[in-house]
Amino acid sequence: MNVNTLIELMGAILPKECIITDKNSLRVYECDGLSAYRQIPLMVVLPGSTEQVQSIMRLCNEHAVPIVSRGGGTSLSGGALPHKDGIVLSLAKMNKVLEIDERSLIARVQPGMRNLAISEAVKPYGLYYAPDPSSQIACTIGGNVAENAGGVHCLKYGLTIHNVVSVQVVSSDGELMELGGSGFESPGLDLLALMVGSEGMLGIVTEVTVKLLPIPEVAKVLMGVFDSVEKAGNSVAVIITSGIIPAGIEMMDNLAIRAAEGFVQAGYPVNAAAVLLCELDGVQEEVDYQLSQVSKILHECGAVETRVARDEKERALFWSGRKAAFPAVGRISPDYYCIDGTIPRKFLGKVLSEINGLSESYGLRVANVFHAGDGNLHPLILYDANIPGELEKTEELGSRILQLCIQVGGTITGEHGVGIEKIGEMCIQFTDEEREHFHLIRECFDPKRILNPGKAIPTLARCAEHNLMHVHNGELPFPELERF
Amino acid sequence: MSDSEVILQQRVVDAGNKKQQLAIIGGMTKDFYGRAVVGETLDIKNHQGIVDYDPTELVLTAKAGTPMVEVNRLLEENNQMLGFEPPYFGKNATLGGTIACGLSGPARPFRGSVRDFVLGVKILTGSGHVLKFGGRVMKNVAGFDVSRLMVGAMGTLGVILEVSIKVLPKPASQITISIHQPNVNLAIQEMNRLHGKPWPISAMSWYQDRVWIRLSGTDVGVTNAYQHIGGDLEEAGDQFWEDSREQSLPFFRDESPLLRVSCKAGVPGFDFQNSALDQDKSINEALIEWAGGVRWFKQSEAREANFPERLQEKAKELKGHMMWFRGGNRQGEVFMPLPSAVLTIQKNLKRAFDPQGILNVGRLYASF
Ligand SMILES: Cc1cc2nc3c(=O)[nH]c(=O)nc-3n(C[C@H](O)[C@H](O)[C@H](O)COP(=O)(O)OP(=O)(O)OC[C@H]3O[C@@H](n4cnc5c(N)ncnc54)[C@H](O)[C@@H]3O)c2cc1C
Repeated sequence: MNVNTLIELMGAILPKECIITDKNSLRVYECDGLSAYRQIPLMVVLPGSTEQVQSIMRLCNEHAVPIVSRGGGTSLSGGALPHKDGIVLSLAKMNKVLEIDERSLIARVQPGMRNLAISEAVKPYGLYYAPDPSSQIACTIGGNVAENAGGVHCLKYGLTIHNVVSVQVVSSDGELMELGGSGFESPGLDLLALMVGSEGMLGIVTEVTVKLLPIPEVAKVLMGVFDSVEKAGNSVAVIITSGIIPAGIEMMDNLAIRAAEGFVQAGYPVNAAAVLLCELDGVQEEVDYQLSQVSKILHECGAVETRVARDEKERALFWSGRKAAFPAVGRISPDYYCIDGTIPRKFLGKVLSEINGLSESYGLRVANVFHAGDGNLHPLILYDANIPGELEKTEELGSRILQLCIQVGGTITGEHGVGIEKIGEMCIQFTDEEREHFHLIRECFDPKRILNPGKAIPTLARCAEHNLMHVHNGELPFPELERF
Repeated sequence: MSDSEVILQQRVVDAGNKKQQLAIIGGMTKDFYGRAVVGETLDIKNHQGIVDYDPTELVLTAKAGTPMVEVNRLLEENNQMLGFEPPYFGKNATLGGTIACGLSGPARPFRGSVRDFVLGVKILTGSGHVLKFGGRVMKNVAGFDVSRLMVGAMGTLGVILEVSIKVLPKPASQITISIHQPNVNLAIQEMNRLHGKPWPISAMSWYQDRVWIRLSGTDVGVTNAYQHIGGDLEEAGDQFWEDSREQSLPFFRDESPLLRVSCKAGVPGFDFQNSALDQDKSINEALIEWAGGVRWFKQSEAREANFPERLQEKAKELKGHMMWFRGGNRQGEVFMPLPSAVLTIQKNLKRAFDPQGILNVGRLYASF
C-alpha cells in the first residue's frame, strides 16, 4: 500500500505526534538489542490506548500491512527488528499501572510498563514481581510476555509464564481477547501458554495481569571461587539435588570475571577460573542455615574460597558485576554476540570446555556468564564488525555452539527467543512437520500473517536452503539426534 | 519409535481414514470430568514406562500410560515429588491423563500448576504425525509452547505419548496447623493476609470453620513461620490435604452434582441472599481451597434448578470460571462458554491438530 495513504488513514486514528515518519526519527527504531540487523520501517506509531491499538490493527489487517510490536527494544534476537514494508507499533505510551490487588496478590498493568517499574509500584505493599531479566530497567512487561523472559531469580520463582495470570490481547483482526483467568485457571484450551513466548506473532498484548510475591525477609549472596570451570559447573547440580533451591545461581568464567571487575570493581578474584554467585532468600534463620549448607557443598566440590556478602551494600556489589557483565564485555571488545542455548545442567562442564575448544579454533574469544542453575548458557563471542568477515565467522561459531546445545539434549534458546537470529537453527531443532504445525498455529491467530512476519518460524524453503548449506561430509548435522 | 507407539499411530491413521471418532482413555479415573465423548476407545495404558529420570536434573520423562503410582514411587525413592500435587482419583491414574486433564492439587497457588511443570511433550496428532515440542531443560523458548497447550486440552488436540516434567526435592520438614474461624469472609481475609507473607506456606484451605495451613521447607523455616502464625498443630495434617485433593473429605461424600468456581483469591464469600438454601454451609463454599481461589458448591436436590446459572453469572462478573466438576448433564456444556473470538481460535487450533475431527471430540466443548 502507498505510504502516504497509510499515513493519512493512520492520521484518522492517532494524533499527529504519535505517528513518526521522518527518516531521522525512524532511525531510533531501526534495530533492537541485536544491532547487527537493521531496517528502517515505513512508520512508527505510538498508540495510547487499547482502542487505538484495535483500530491500527484493523487498518493494517485490511491492507495486509506488516506490524512489528515494540516494547523496550532490548530483544537480543531481533524480535523487534522492523519490517521494510511495515509499521512498528510501539507500546511505550501505554505504561501505567491499572490496578493493584494486594489481597489477591496481582497487579494489572499496561504492556509498556518497564519490568522494574512494576516491582517499584508494588513495593509499598511489601510485594514484588519476581522475573528479573538483567535488562529490567529498560525492557517492558509486554516484551517479557512476548519472549517469556527469565532472570537471575527464575530458578526459584519461575519465568514470565509462571508469573503472568492473564493478558488482554488485540487479535490480528482487531478483536479484544482476555486470555487466562483472574483466578488460578481459565476454561478451554490454554491460549495464555501459547501467547507467552510467541514473539509478537499471535497478537498485541495490551494489558498484563501479573502475580506478585511477598518480598523475602532477607536475601544473602555467597560467592564461590573455583580454579576450574568444570568444578564450578558440577557444584551447581550438587546444590540443587541437595534439596536447596537457591533464589539464583549464576556463573562467570575468567574472561567475564576480568571484564566485570575492570568495569565495576565488584571485588571478584581476577585470577579465578570461575565464580559462582548463589543467592538464598527467605527468613533469617532459614537463610543462615542454607548458607552454611551451600558453603559446605561448594568446598566439597573444590571451591578454593567462599565469601558471603557481609551486608546489603556488598550484596549489591557482588551482583553489580554480574548484572553489568554484558556492557562490561562491550568495553573490552568492539562488538559481542550473545548466545542463549540451554542444556541439561549435568553437561555444563563438558559443554563449557567444548566451547573453549571452538573458541580457540575460530580464533575468537568467548566470555561465559550465565544462569547456571537453569543450565541457560550465555556465551558472549567477542568480535570486531569492522574486520571484514568477522561477523560471519562469529555467527558460524554461534551456530556451532547452538548445535552443541541441541546435541546434548538442550535447546537453541532459553529466554531470548528465536527472532530473526536463530531462524536457521530452528531448522535443526524441529522437523518439517513440527515447524509446519507452528505455521498452522500462527494462522489460527493471524491468517494474513501480518504480525512480525519473517521471524521465529522458518519456512520449509528456507530450511531446505539452510540445511543444504550446513551439510557436512554429505550428512545433515546430527541426523541421529533425539530432539526431544 | 516403540511398538506401542507404532500401534497407536496406526490406530489413529486408520481412524482418520474412516473418519471414526476416538475416545482416548488411560486409567479411566477422570472419566467423570469434562463432557461425554462418543467414539471407539483408544487405550494408552500399554504405552508405559519411564523414559528418562535423572534426579540431579530434576526432570522426569515418561510415556503417557505410566501409572501415577509408579511415577510417585520412583520420585519417593529419590526424595523428590511432583510440585503440582495432582489428584489421582483412583489408583489407575496415568501420567497422560493427569497432564491432559490439567488438574492441580492443594499446592497450586504456591508451587504452580500442572502446566507450570511441563517441559516437553511428544504427541500424536489427529492426522497421525508424531511431533515433539519443548524439551527436557528448564528454559526453552524455541517455537510456540505447544507442550503447555496440551495441558488441560483433554486430548482434543492430540494423543499425548510422552511428557517431560520438572520435579522438586521434597521439603525436609512439613507441618499442618489450623486456626478456628467460622466466618467465611474473615477466613478468606486471613488466608489472603498469610499468602502475602514471606513464609513457606504450601497449601491453604478453609474447611469446617477452620483455616488449614500447610508449611513446608527447612526445619528452621517451618518452625519460624509456625511461631508467627500460631494455631493448632494438626497431627493428621497430611491426611487432610490428601483427602481434599482426592475429594474424600466428608463434604464430597454425596451424589449431588459438584460445582467449582475459580476466582481471584481475595473475592469475599459469595452471598446470593435470596434463599435460605444459599446460606446452607454444607453446600455453599463449604470448602474453599487455594487460599481463596477455588470455591466448591453442591447442586443438591433441594436447591433451585437455576442455581448453576446464577453461579455462572456470578463467576462471569468476577472474571472467574465456573464448571460442573462432577455430575449433572455431561451432554451439555460443563465449562463456561467462551467469548466468540476466543472460541474461534480454539476451533481453529482443533482443526490444525486434528483436521479430521476424530480425537476426543466434544470433551471440552460441544463445538470442537
Ligand atoms: C543487556 C541485556 C540483558 C538482557 N538480559 C536478559 C535476561 O536476563 N533475561 C531475558 O530473558 N532476557 C534478557 N535480555 C533480552 C530482552 O531484554 C528480553 O527479551 C525482553 O523481554 C525484551 O523486552 P522489550 O520490552 O525490550 O521487548 P522488545 O525488544 O521491544 O520486543 C521483543 C519482542 O516482543 C514483541 N513485543 C513487544 N511488546 C509486545 C506487546 N505488547 N505485544 C506483543 N508483542 C510484543 C516484539 O515484537 C518482539 O518480537 C537482555 C537484553 C539486554 C540488552
